[in-house]
Amino acid sequence: MKVAYFPGCTLKTKAKELDAYARKCAETLGITLEEIENWQCCGGVFTTARDEAATKLSSVRALKAAGNANQMLVTVCSACHNVIKQTNHAMNTDEEFAFKVNNYLGKGEEYDGSTKVMHYLELLRDVVGYDKVKEAVKKPLAGKKVAAYYGCLLLRPNSVMHTDDPENPTLIEDLIRALGGEPVVYSMRNECCGGYIALENPDSAKKRSNKVTDSAALAGADMIVTACPLCKFNLETNGSKLPIVYFTDLMAEAFDLKED
Amino acid sequence: MHKDNNAVRDEIIRRSGVNPRKCMRCGKCSATCPAYDEMEFHPHQFVYMVESGDIEPLMNSKSLYQCLTCFACVDRCPRGVEPAKLVEAVRLEVIRKQGANHLKADDIPALVTEELPQQAIVSAFRKYTK
Ligand code: SF4
Ligand code: SF4
Repeated sequence: MKVAYFPGCTLKTKAKELDAYARKCAETLGITLEEIENWQCCGGVFTTARDEAATKLSSVRALKAAGNANQMLVTVCSACHNVIKQTNHAMNTDEEFAFKVNNYLGKGEEYDGSTKVMHYLELLRDVVGYDKVKEAVKKPLAGKKVAAYYGCLLLRPNSVMHTDDPENPTLIEDLIRALGGEPVVYSMRNECCGGYIALENPDSAKKRSNKVTDSAALAGADMIVTACPLCKFNLETNGSKLPIVYFTDLMAEAFDLKED
Repeated sequence: MHKDNNAVRDEIIRRSGVNPRKCMRCGKCSATCPAYDEMEFHPHQFVYMVESGDIEPLMNSKSLYQCLTCFACVDRCPRGVEPAKLVEAVRLEVIRKQGANHLKADDIPALVTEELPQQAIVSAFRKYTK
C-alpha cells in the first residue's frame, strides 16, 4: 500500500533518523511512504485566526497533492500533523476561509477538503493493526518500561484531532505493548513541554519539561518515547534523567532494523 | 487609520471565532495553562477583557508571547470558549502593524543553539512575526 508522506523541515535536518526509521518500519509492514514532491514547511504551528490564509497554503498544497494522487496524507512529526489536520478542518468547516485559500490556488486548482490526514501512529492502529505490528517483532522490548509522551499536538484540540481520548490516550501505550514493552502511565504525559518558547524563554521550557520528565521517572519508567523533535529537544536539554527516544527508534529496535 | 475600541474588539472576536459571552468565569482555562506563571494576564482575563473592550492592556502585555499554543485551555474549558484563539487574535492585532514584529530575523542567531530543531525557529516566527 502506498500513502502520501509529508516529512516536514525538521525530519530533513535535525531529526533525520526519525524520517529514516519511519520509512524502514513502514516498508516492513507493507506500506510505502511516498514523499510529496516539492512540499513546503508547514510553519510548525497552526494559526487559529480565521483571517490568516497565506500561512496555511503550504499545508493546503500538500493536502491537494495527496488528493491528486488519491492517497491519504501521512505525517510523522506531531507538529506537522497538527498544522495540516487543523488546516484541513478549516477548509472543510469555514467557507469564507476556504474561499480565500482557493483564490490563491487559482482556477481549476481548488482544494475540496477531501484528503484524509493520518498520523503514522494512527496508521499503525487503524490501517496496519497491532496484530500485524506484533508479527513483525523479532526482538521484543521485553522488560522495558516505556513512558509514552503525547504532549499537546497529537491530541489537541480534540474536536479537530480526534486522535484518541485526549485525557486518557492509549495510542502509544498500545504500540509499546505490541512491541513487547511495558507501558508506564504517568500524569504529565499529555502536558506541554514548552514547545517553541525554548527560543525566547528557555526557563519556561525548562520548568515545563522537568515536570514531564520528573513525572515519568517517578512512575518508574526506563525511557520516554515521543513523535515530536521539539518535545525531544526540550525534554532532553533540560536535564532529563531518562533517555528520550523517537517511537520509530523503538520500532526499529523491535523489528531488528537497527544497523549498530 | 485609527480604529476605535469597539471596532478592535469586534475584529478580534471575528478573527478568533470566539464568543466571549459564553464564559462563566470558572477559571479552569487559567488553572490548566502551563504558561500561567509567565503571564501577567491569564487566559480567563483575555476572555473578559476582550468582552468588555479593555484591549489596550492586553496588546501591551508580554503575555501575548508566553502562550505555548498547547490548546489545553481550548480542550478543558467547560463552555467551549477556546481562550487561546483570543490570545492569538490579540497578538495578531499587534504584530500585523508596520514594524511591530516581536521577533526579528536579526535576533535569531543569538538565540539558536546547534541542537535546536528547525521546528522551534519556524514556529516562533509564525507566532511572533508578520
Ligand atoms: S475555562 Fe472557559 S468558561 Fe471557564 S473561565 Fe476559562 S473561558 Fe471562561
Ligand atoms: S494555549 Fe496558551 S493560553 Fe491556552 S493553556 Fe496553552 S499556553 Fe495557556
